[in-house]
Amino acid sequence: MDNDSLTKIRVVNVHKSFGENHVLRGCDLEVQQGESMVVIGGSGSGKTVLIKCIIGLMRPDEGEIYVDGLEITSLKERTMNDVRKKFGMLFQGGALFDSLRVWENVGFGLQQHTHLGEEEIRRIASEKLRLVGLKDIEDVMPVELSGGMRKRVSLARAIAMEPEILLYDEPTTGIDPIMADAINELIVRMREKLNVTSIAITHDMKSAYKIADRIAMLYQGKIIEVGTPEEIKNSPNPIVQQFIQGKSEGPIKIL
Amino acid sequence: MILFAQTLSWVFRPPMQGGEILKQMEEVGVRSFPVVIITAAFTGMVLALQSFTGFKRFNAESMVGTVVALSMTRELGPVLTGLMVSGRVGSAMAAELGTMRVTEQIDALYTLATNPIKYLIVPRFLAATIMLPILVIFADVIGILGGYLVSVQILGTNPTLYIRRTWDYLEFSDLYSGLLKAIFFGMIVATISCYQGFSTEGGAEGVGRATTKAVVISSLTILISNYFITVILF
Repeated sequence: MDNDSLTKIRVVNVHKSFGENHVLRGCDLEVQQGESMVVIGGSGSGKTVLIKCIIGLMRPDEGEIYVDGLEITSLKERTMNDVRKKFGMLFQGGALFDSLRVWENVGFGLQQHTHLGEEEIRRIASEKLRLVGLKDIEDVMPVELSGGMRKRVSLARAIAMEPEILLYDEPTTGIDPIMADAINELIVRMREKLNVTSIAITHDMKSAYKIADRIAMLYQGKIIEVGTPEEIKNSPNPIVQQFIQGKSEGPIKIL
Repeated sequence: MILFAQTLSWVFRPPMQGGEILKQMEEVGVRSFPVVIITAAFTGMVLALQSFTGFKRFNAESMVGTVVALSMTRELGPVLTGLMVSGRVGSAMAAELGTMRVTEQIDALYTLATNPIKYLIVPRFLAATIMLPILVIFADVIGILGGYLVSVQILGTNPTLYIRRTWDYLEFSDLYSGLLKAIFFGMIVATISCYQGFSTEGGAEGVGRATTKAVVISSLTILISNYFITVILF
C-alpha cells in the first residue's frame, strides 16, 4: 500500500467471539496519522471490544492489527508492553487507582518507566492537570472526585507519557451535558496541541460531530460506513440514518 | 497454577516495587497480628485443658507441656494462622483486586505499560510468604504460653516441670517443619486469592463471589496440602 507511512493504525478482518456471542465479524478500519476517528455504534455492537483489541487488552480470534506497520496480535506480552507506551487510554469510568492520590495517578507511568524524582513527577502531573483544566487537587483521593473530574484526571494520566495515540472509551457517557461539552473541547484541544492520533468510541452523536475528522459506524461486528461527519450525515444507508437520528423504528431491530 | 508460575517469574525482575511490598507486609503481618495472637492463645489454653483431662486417666499429667508444644509448633500454629490469614487477608486481596478488575483499573495498568502481575500480585505474594512464618513464630510462642498459664495457674502443675517437659521433648525440626508449612500456606493464600480477584467477572456480585471463593478454596487447600506436606516431611 502506498500510503502506508501515513497509516497509524490498520485493523484487518478482525473477529472476536465470547462463547456463542460473535461480537466482531470481520472488522476493518484504517486511521491516518494525526487523524481523529470516531467509531459509533449501538450498545453491545462491539465498540469496546474493538478498542481493547487495538491496545492489546484482548486478542482477536482472527485478523490482524497494525500499529505503525507492526502487527501486534501475535506479539508477546513483553513486546506488547513497549507498543502500549505509544498509547494513552481514557476509560469510561476513569479507572483511576483508588489507593493513589490524584497526582500519583497522573504520574503513574512516569514513576514506573522513568527515573524522575518525586518532585519532578509531581510538577509534570500538575502541568498535565492544568492542561485538562484542573488545579489544586493533586493530593485528593480519586473517590472524592465527581464523574466529570474523574474523567479529566484520567485524561491527564493518559497524556502524561506524551503518547502518540489516544483512545477514548465513551468520553461523554455518564456526565452532564455541560461537562460533556467541556470534555469534547478538551479532546479537540488535545489533538491540536499534542498532534496525536485518536480513536474515540461513542454513541453520543453530538460529541462525534464535534471531535471527529472521520466517523466509522460499527454494526453487527463490521464497519459498515466510514466518512467525514458531513458524509455520514448525508449517508444514503438507512441503518446509518436510523442511528444518527436516534429513531427506534428502522432496519436496526431492538429486542 | 499458571498464575503461580508467572508470579514466580516476575518476582526477581527489577524494578522492585519496594513501597508496595512494605505496604502489603504491614497489611498481611502487622494487622493480622491481634487475630493470630488471640487464636493461638486460646488454642494453647484449651489444648492444655483437654490433654490434661485425658492424661490424668493414666497419670501422665506431666506430659501436657510436651503435647501443647508439639501440637502448636507442628500443626496448629501454622494451620490456624494460615486459616485466619486466609479469612482476613485472602478475602481482602480478592475483594480489592476484584474491584480493580471490574472498574477497569487492571486494564488501566496494562495501558500504562505496567504488568499487573508485577505491580499487584508479586508484592502480595512476597508479603504473605514472608509474613506468615513470622506470624507462626508468634503464634507458637503465645500458644505455648497459653498452655503454660492454664496448666500452672488453673490445673496446678509444677511450673519448672512444665517448662522442662516442654524443652526436653521439643526438637528443632518441630519448629522448622511448622515454619516450612507456613511458607507454603502464605504462597497458597496469596496465589489463590489474587487469582480469584484477578479473574473476577460481573460487577459487585462477581466481587462477592470471588471473595467467598478465595477464602473457601484457600482454606481447603491449606487443610488438604497440610496433610500431604506432613506426609512428605516426616
